Amino acid sequence: MEELSAKELRDKIAARQISSLEATEAVFKRIDKLEPVIGAYISTYHDLALEKAADVDRRIAAGQSVGQLAGVPVALKDNMCTTFGATTCASRILENFHAPYNATVVEKLLAADAVIVGKANMDEFAMGSSTENSGLKQTINPWDASRVPGGSSGGSCAAVAGRLCFAALGSDTGGSIRQPASFCGVVGLKPTYGCVSRYGLVAYGSSLDQIGPITQTVTDSALMMNVIAGHDPADSTSVDENISPVFDYLEKLYEPLDKLTIAIVPQFAAGADRQVQKAITEAIDVYKKLGAEIIEVNMPHLDYAIAAYYLIATAEASSNLARYDGVHYGHRSEKAEDYIEVYSKSRAEAFGKEVKRRIMLGTYALSSGYYDAYYLKALKVRNLIRADFTGVFEKCDCIMMPVSPTTAFKIGEKVDDPLTMYLSDIYTIAANLAGIPGISVPCGFDDNNLPIGLQILAPAFGEDKLLRIARMFENQTDWHKRKAPDIS
Amino acid sequence: MSSDLHYKLIVGLEIHVQLCTKSKMFCGCAVEFGQKPNSRVCPVCLGMPGVLPVMNKQAFEYAVLVGLALNCEIAQFTKWDRKSYYYPDLPKNYQISQYDLPLSANGYIEIPLESGKTKNISIIRAHLEEDAGKNLHTAGNFSQVDLNRTGTPLLEIVTEPDMNSAAEVRALAVELQRMVRFLGVSEADMQKGHMRFEPNINLIITRDGTEYRTPIVEIKNLNSFRALERSVDYEQARQLDEFLENGVVMGMGNKTTRGWDDEKEITVLQREKEEAHDYRYFPDPDLVPVKMTPQWLSEIQGRLCELPIKRQLRYVDQYKLSDYDAGVLTADRSTSDLFDEAVKAGAEPKRLCNIITQTGLKIANEKGCSAGDLGLKAQSVANLAGMIEGGTISAGSAGQIFEAMVETGKEPEVLAEELNLIQKSDAGELEAIVDKVLADNPKAVDDVTGGGKKSKKARGFLLGQVMQKSKGQANPKVVSEILVKKLG
Repeated sequence: MEELSAKELRDKIAARQISSLEATEAVFKRIDKLEPVIGAYISTYHDLALEKAADVDRRIAAGQSVGQLAGVPVALKDNMCTTFGATTCASRILENFHAPYNATVVEKLLAADAVIVGKANMDEFAMGSSTENSGLKQTINPWDASRVPGGSSGGSCAAVAGRLCFAALGSDTGGSIRQPASFCGVVGLKPTYGCVSRYGLVAYGSSLDQIGPITQTVTDSALMMNVIAGHDPADSTSVDENISPVFDYLEKLYEPLDKLTIAIVPQFAAGADRQVQKAITEAIDVYKKLGAEIIEVNMPHLDYAIAAYYLIATAEASSNLARYDGVHYGHRSEKAEDYIEVYSKSRAEAFGKEVKRRIMLGTYALSSGYYDAYYLKALKVRNLIRADFTGVFEKCDCIMMPVSPTTAFKIGEKVDDPLTMYLSDIYTIAANLAGIPGISVPCGFDDNNLPIGLQILAPAFGEDKLLRIARMFENQTDWHKRKAPDIS
Repeated sequence: MSSDLHYKLIVGLEIHVQLCTKSKMFCGCAVEFGQKPNSRVCPVCLGMPGVLPVMNKQAFEYAVLVGLALNCEIAQFTKWDRKSYYYPDLPKNYQISQYDLPLSANGYIEIPLESGKTKNISIIRAHLEEDAGKNLHTAGNFSQVDLNRTGTPLLEIVTEPDMNSAAEVRALAVELQRMVRFLGVSEADMQKGHMRFEPNINLIITRDGTEYRTPIVEIKNLNSFRALERSVDYEQARQLDEFLENGVVMGMGNKTTRGWDDEKEITVLQREKEEAHDYRYFPDPDLVPVKMTPQWLSEIQGRLCELPIKRQLRYVDQYKLSDYDAGVLTADRSTSDLFDEAVKAGAEPKRLCNIITQTGLKIANEKGCSAGDLGLKAQSVANLAGMIEGGTISAGSAGQIFEAMVETGKEPEVLAEELNLIQKSDAGELEAIVDKVLADNPKAVDDVTGGGKKSKKARGFLLGQVMQKSKGQANPKVVSEILVKKLG
């Protein structure tokens, strides 16, 4: 049963070939066995999940209508607010924070009758590329316990790769869905900015953050998008459906695609490891054989994406994280003598090193006298990068490149070198700056049997086409069928 | 010692006006004064993790309406910015405000002067922002925070330093209060803190032909006209004394902030901040900019009414009312509307003004409402004025009828009958009474006909006798005419 995709499981549950209760119990059996090693979850909800599963089974048996994800066990990244359990963002400052409301995506999953298994580990406040910045626990890569799962949605990706759930939600601010998906050999989609409601997603970089699905297959990704995409009146930045209609992504998936033109950016992709480059070249060859035309393009401003990102994201973060002050909720220092110390000591005690680093960086970038040179200039670079994409998309349907320059690296390898760590997002950040969708699909393995991901980028609100392009590849290859071994 | 010294007071005002929308600026919580602490709050105004603001369109339209009334240019494109500072009554530790692109700018307000003339005070800008909560220091060893007010829409209006006396400052404040009430966008209730003033004050002193400017003082958070006027007066005297004592003039960084001690009626220096504030303004990524279309603007323009100052001037100019009476009539919209409509219905303006300002306002005061809200039809009030004008009733009995109109809702003609207040103007009937009086008072008749000093007094006596005999119902004008006819 654990070999099934989310959609296959859903269909079997609907056909009463498998009960949701069986599937959910099987997942918890795996969690009992593997979670002590993998460490994907910050919290799990055994009783709640079984209760929901039983309810779905009952309704199906009674012939009642059920949602699109009826009975499917899924996981949430722990930066999405839920009224059940804590919402920690893997930070000690929110370790005991219980949200009084559900995020819009959580409401949508529940309405679709998904069974929520647990909330997954992550880099603290989604700041990081390895999940090593979690303030609460460590997650390993299910393919190799000595390696990181990537980040920041490392828990969600490890949970899917380790089959501790059938699908998960992550969030992506600079690559946080795609990079760990590539490290863990699963499919990760970052939708267009504004495609999925951010209401209830604890903000890191508000103009970059986007929730997206992490799944075993492209088809599952389309299924998840059917549930979570769409306008939300509670999120002013979620796009009006008059401008971007929400599709039935699953149905669209089977529409034929012809005359596909793919752009590659050789000068940019040349920085990746040799084995990664080779896998990407071979993946593009698959498309070539299917009749796609490949064009080479130049995107001169991509080189500045990381610099712009670390100014914009940190500036926004410095403001978004100002509310964690120990006054209204969250960790409060016991050593504070006055209210200024409530702020300074609570924050000093409970934020991790990387979060502090980014708050300081962002505060500096917004400070009077530096604003124009840093923040404002970064916004200008962002516009140039957007223009680069707009120009390229006039000539092609999608752009392909690696997700990350390397495969999963060793735990501890880069923790003391933040700049090297930042470079692992070099290929993913531009999509966030431009607000366009990007997907990571498994496209091979390196000599250490570590997964490699192919990144496909499409124009804004082109998720339907992006998923079709990704599925074309999946149809021709078996990479997504390889499963991580059960490590115990 | 100097021989020639004179000075000029310079005052600019920053005014916060609370708009009377049903819900808060960025969430659905009710705006209600005097409720149980923290009972009008939700995750959004509490600044919980993951929440997002959604703009209250009504508040925006109210703000634009005031901008139009202040003769401002309305921005076609305006945006929201975050203003960062840490304070326990500000749960996000930033305030959503408008920085470099306010929704309106470059206007003026016309204020009445004691001389009966008016003066235009330039408006630099008017922008929208959210209010903070309230810190309460009544619980002994610790402070408490009430966040009911958090997120209430506030309009901040900044004037040029165009005012040159405390009376002018007060006049502007009163004029603005009357204006926003006329527009129906604020209750402008001072006791509920709906209007708060922060004057910036200094003096230009000329001594022996040399000009000196005293350091600017800002007085914080004044919430009554009296405190505003007195604090400006006090500061004027204090700054002059200070200059004469130490000669300090305006310079870099010597602007100070003072508070107003309402009991001692003095301004008090507030603790100086150790460093200048850096609010680190940047565009709020959670909100989309607002684009003002010509259609939308003209729709809002359609809600603009004739402003109170214009009405006041029109009443003086067109109806020859005194400046005082015109001011009383235009103190609130409904009274002024009643007056305008009754004039339109045919009432003689001065007669009408007397009825409304004498009887109407007296009754309204007793009832705690405005004269326009007594439930009277403009036509009925116009008819009442017409009855006096036509001699049907005496001016003295108008008040009694007006009161009865309010109490019973009956028309004035009916009430005049019921209350026996119709004047006798039938010449034949009155002539009989006059003849009787003349016959009974030969001495007085002699005095009248004899002319000289006694004549006028005797004529008055005879008139009084006739009135008495007619039980007050005789029309004195007709009686006088008969007396003239009979006695010359």
